[in-house]
Amino acid sequence: MSLQVTDLRVHYRTLAGDVKALDGATFSIADKEIMGLAGESGCGKSTLGNSLIRLDGRMKYVSGSVNLDGNDLPIWDSDEMVHYRFMEVSMVPQYAMSAMNPTRKIGKMISELVESRGVSYKEIKPELQRRIDLVGLQRDVMDRYPIELSGGMKQRMVMVISTLMDPSLLITDEITSALDVSTQRAVAETLVGFRDHGFVKSMMVITHDMSILYQIADSILVMYAGKLAEKATTDVIIGKPLHPYTRMLVSSLPEVGVRYTDKKLTGIPGGPPSLLHPPTGCRFRARCPLAFSKCEEEPPFVEVEPGHWAACWKATGSDA
Amino acid sequence: MLSLNKVSKVYKTGTFGGKELLAVRDVSFDVNGGEVVSLIGESGSGKTTVGRMILKLIGISRGTITLDGEDIAQIQGSDVKSYYQRVQGVFQDPFSSYNPIFKADRVFAMIRGAYFPHVPASEWSDKLDAALRSVTLDPGQVLNKYPHQLSGGQLQRLLVARALLLDLKILVADEIISMLDASTRIDVLNLLADLKTRGMGVLFITHDLSLGNYISEKTVILRRGVVVEMGNTDKVFGHPTHPYTRLLVSSVPQLHKKWAEIEAELSAPIAGKGGCPFHDAYPLAGRLPERPADEPTLVQIEDDHFVGCFELESEKAQQVA
Repeated sequence: MSLQVTDLRVHYRTLAGDVKALDGATFSIADKEIMGLAGESGCGKSTLGNSLIRLDGRMKYVSGSVNLDGNDLPIWDSDEMVHYRFMEVSMVPQYAMSAMNPTRKIGKMISELVESRGVSYKEIKPELQRRIDLVGLQRDVMDRYPIELSGGMKQRMVMVISTLMDPSLLITDEITSALDVSTQRAVAETLVGFRDHGFVKSMMVITHDMSILYQIADSILVMYAGKLAEKATTDVIIGKPLHPYTRMLVSSLPEVGVRYTDKKLTGIPGGPPSLLHPPTGCRFRARCPLAFSKCEEEPPFVEVEPGHWAACWKATGSDA
Repeated sequence: MLSLNKVSKVYKTGTFGGKELLAVRDVSFDVNGGEVVSLIGESGSGKTTVGRMILKLIGISRGTITLDGEDIAQIQGSDVKSYYQRVQGVFQDPFSSYNPIFKADRVFAMIRGAYFPHVPASEWSDKLDAALRSVTLDPGQVLNKYPHQLSGGQLQRLLVARALLLDLKILVADEIISMLDASTRIDVLNLLADLKTRGMGVLFITHDLSLGNYISEKTVILRRGVVVEMGNTDKVFGHPTHPYTRLLVSSVPQLHKKWAEIEAELSAPIAGKGGCPFHDAYPLAGRLPERPADEPTLVQIEDDHFVGCFELESEKAQQVA
């Protein structure tokens, strides 16, 4: 078991009160697993990703534990996390364009970065160059400024830097959404390559694009309104989802071959609820076509069949 | 009917505009009433430039765009207003399309002030209600609100409703759903497709092949400002012929087919002819810089399916690089 998250709650402090962006998440990621994290905007995906690496000033740790390879991560203590960040848990942020220092050449920036962690740049340089070759960049990018690289090149460069210390867990946040389709594919396949080469042990890929996840992820976790809705292997989530939210999310995706004239797809009516005062019971109730009286109670996130968790009364078969 | 005939756009770049950048080259296609045409290309392919030329936001360097036979470059002065009554655009970012200081429904008041100053208030509100309902918005929920109080999907639909108030012939929809959430984007997409039943022509500009494939009758694939393949959507996606189209189709993430499977399907050689169909048809086709202006840029390979030159494409790539 590589990553084990237990009942993690992280709220945002605002003047109006606490926004319960992540309200009880329990899941695990196995070694060599690429887990996709999907859901609409504002349902807590990025909060979950960020909370495993750095809580910023507005975020408040409430409860729960995060265990990585047998060690509890002190995610509430930003100073203690310094020992894990980049070395054990690393992240590829959404905007690679602004992730690199624009005033340093890339090689210089990396040398400053690794030296700050007590690693010799000289020793790591051959490995760095090998990985730059691997992602299909020229070695001379080290002598260039970030502004000289295209979006896809920057994205791949940031991926190389983030995984340079062979972290146990890599979190990527919407890294493909700003790219063109052909670059998107190259970046997504690079992620799989990193896992296969053992640069990272396990991966959490945050994206709203389910079709990218179908291509690269082993399992998919679907979040809704700060809670976990469903987790299963990729084929099960795409092929036989149990939670009505997952079903609607998957069936609202147009793909090559589906035509408006043949098959009219439908979206999910309404929008996610405000998490300042989240609704009681099942949070998807207001938009759910299957909602019934039992949904006023909160459904637990339970294992419906081996490796398949869902939080829905209908899915757990207790609607009888 | 909107018709583009060998339209090119040259941007002046560099210090004092000393350099020239050919953003769009010899693009020709038609948008008929009651038809959705998707214009697909990656970033920098010139797809937005084409949309902006149609909307008269930028000038046309060469070639002509005509609306019902009228050259739009000749429309000047007070006639521009009536042009915008027939052609409107909706853009990518719904939040920057509105002035955050004013309420969102001000866009309707502006339309009324400009085009319908003599319509009585009661008739106007009926008209507005009908337009809002046809974009599946509840007037009570969206009127009298500020832009930040509405969702991206609602704002985009308001802009489409605004376009519906006019007697519109052509709507240019530039990436209008790329900023929307997966759950709402399909509703806006269906809405666009419904517009064609009103006899409106829609130019749907996107980088996402699956979206273009879903709603359009006709597809135009643009690469580095040049049309590489166009025609009936089923044919373009069913038998992608140009190497670039094949690359796009094989890269788009699908939901029930892995990348490797798609690639295997597409690796079959181009049926019938060897090499480039364009060169088979025009063996002496000129090279890019001195290509004569009257030479065709596309060759018909089957009914309603055209493809550009493979080699010209790679040459163009070298020239830019």
